[in-house]
Amino acid sequence: MVTIGIFSAFTPQNVMYLLGGLGVTVGVSLISVVLSLIFGSVVGIIQFERLPYFSKFVGTINNVIRNLPLLLIIFFVYFALPKIGIHLPIFWATVVAMSTFESAMLAEIVRGGLESIDIGQFEGARANGLSNVQTMIYIVLPQAYKKMIPPIISQLISLVKDTSLAMGIVLSEMTYRGQIVYAQNSTYIIPVLAVITLVYFILNYGLSLVARWADRKLA
Amino acid sequence: MEKARKRQFGIIATIVLAAVIVLGLLWATATAKKNTAHQDTLARVEKLGRIVWGVKADTKLFGLMNTKTGVPEGFDVDIAKALTVQISKQTGVPLSAQFVPVSASSKMQLIKNTNIDGSVSTMTITPEREKIIDFTKPYFDAGQSILVKKDSGIQSVKDMNDAKYTIIVVVGTTAATEIAKFAPKAKVLAVQDYATGMQALKSGQGQAMSTDNAILYGFATENPAYHIAGGTFTHGPYGIAFDNHQGPMVRQANQALATIKKNGVYNQLIKKWFSDVPGLDWHSLEAK
Amino acid sequence: MALLQDNFPTFLQGFGYTLLSSLIALVGSMILGTGFAIMQIMPQKWVRKLGNIYVQIFRNIPLLVITFFFFLVVSKYVKMSGFTSGTIALMLYTSAFIAETVRAGILSIEGGQMEGARANGLTFGQAMQHIILPQAFRVALPSLGNQFINLVKNSSILAFVGGLDLMYQGNMIAANTFETFGTYMIVGVMYLIITLPLSYYIQHLERKLKQA
Repeated sequence: MVTIGIFSAFTPQNVMYLLGGLGVTVGVSLISVVLSLIFGSVVGIIQFERLPYFSKFVGTINNVIRNLPLLLIIFFVYFALPKIGIHLPIFWATVVAMSTFESAMLAEIVRGGLESIDIGQFEGARANGLSNVQTMIYIVLPQAYKKMIPPIISQLISLVKDTSLAMGIVLSEMTYRGQIVYAQNSTYIIPVLAVITLVYFILNYGLSLVARWADRKLA
Repeated sequence: MEKARKRQFGIIATIVLAAVIVLGLLWATATAKKNTAHQDTLARVEKLGRIVWGVKADTKLFGLMNTKTGVPEGFDVDIAKALTVQISKQTGVPLSAQFVPVSASSKMQLIKNTNIDGSVSTMTITPEREKIIDFTKPYFDAGQSILVKKDSGIQSVKDMNDAKYTIIVVVGTTAATEIAKFAPKAKVLAVQDYATGMQALKSGQGQAMSTDNAILYGFATENPAYHIAGGTFTHGPYGIAFDNHQGPMVRQANQALATIKKNGVYNQLIKKWFSDVPGLDWHSLEAK
Repeated sequence: MALLQDNFPTFLQGFGYTLLSSLIALVGSMILGTGFAIMQIMPQKWVRKLGNIYVQIFRNIPLLVITFFFFLVVSKYVKMSGFTSGTIALMLYTSAFIAETVRAGILSIEGGQMEGARANGLTFGQAMQHIILPQAFRVALPSLGNQFINLVKNSSILAFVGGLDLMYQGNMIAANTFETFGTYMIVGVMYLIITLPLSYYIQHLERKLKQA
């Protein structure tokens, strides 16, 4: 039974269909990681700067988001936000949910990265006549980002894995498409799950190798 | 000086952000209220020249994804296409049909959220749902049944009224709420979709899957070791669903449905999808 | 508010199952994770390799896929409910992350301590148990806490396999009442009741550790 499944489950059209799902998975992950890098940096810098009241306030909101399950945020954006007039197509709803969640995660990484920079550098740069903002942009951030590359890549790995949660709102990503393929014939389930697992593993393990390489190179 | 400026900035920024959040919430509740009076579906459809139909993608015979084209195929999908053509003729506006896969648990939300214009997705007409959405006249006759292993010895749903049995249902279906009335002692396992449900049945997570007979026929065709036990124990025909207070759209759809039933298109589709199902008297499904 | 009143027992039941699943998975993944962390620093090369393969596999595939594997495939041979399959998947998945955390903790302990202990006649196991691990756990405590928070959040995966947890009950209530906004808000608050205090406590710990 199983061997029959292996051969007939992977017809060219099913393979193309699953690959399309991989495309959706990677697309959502890449867009989300870029967006959350931008928002996460802003929030991280605000927290690092310790502006009276403001940093605490933003930090609290960030903590709330960070401590919610991503699945809940996905359901909320797709099923609850339309109640207040915000309609998003399923792809973008997923991107918004994942970016919100990942921004909160990355903000912590950015803050940690900034705090690891030697304070002497701030003072030195300022003594050389650079303004606060200039110091941040030209001196501190580049160094902090360099240190942050490995954790950022591991967040990207999380994103790739977590995109599978969006099958809960019927986003046509790889795990959902796998399910559609084994809905055709239930003997397909083992081969299809095995192949999906392998694809995720290769993609993410590859990314983690990049992270390790970057870590060694930058250390 | 530096410190004072930072403090000033912090306070101002906090006030601005807090104001934005409060205003945003006020605006949100206001829109939420306003949104209860929805826009007219027919007007939107005519303006955009397309009807976005929610259909199933994991249900044999009604809507199953074709992995080559990426579009689901089945009786529901064909009905939606036929209705689109017919409504286009009636209104004189050229309309195309688009399909969005929905799951049993998401279809109601998507209609309410206007992600889709209408839904032809094996949806049973119930009084509870009619309070929230609009239905057309029935387009398919169905009733709830159970699918069990042929050698399980289970004859009907009554046999399952025992705590040792688990019945698998799908979140958001009528079966999920109805089953408790017919087998109150049995445990219920709700999963997100039919594909998982069937897999769960086969791997022994439960002894029966319960939903409409028409859907179960699709699974019985594919899995010869399983059959439908004891016929139907509820009667619940399917309707095409729209958001509520969509009188004009529902009238158009009803008129279109009556036309395709009269001109033979409907019976052709019944024959196309159900004539090969073993154990089903498909002639009984035809429009008289 | 009526929503919370009407469905309070259901929400509470979900909350209970979420907590139960998280605690079982926490204990299991701590034991497994520590085991695989030790494997990765054993003197034998093949044991290290084995430990590493386990960690890499479970770190790099989605929790949802592992859950489906137990719920739909393994249960054909060994009977298990959605709650059990979800909790086992959660345990295996988290153990890979805990293994990494504990390993980092062990590596941060000065190497001389192991040698010193061995020179005093302790076996590898004894040295691990009495000298290295207690220190490693203290160093790793904040990251372990973060892993527990992730575990609680990830337990929402049970919703996919009928695991009766908070997310599952929330979905059922949302499907029945159509009050998506309110339902998901309540579910969110209930998750925060578990995760937020933990999160603040960990931040406090981190600060203390940094000062020390």
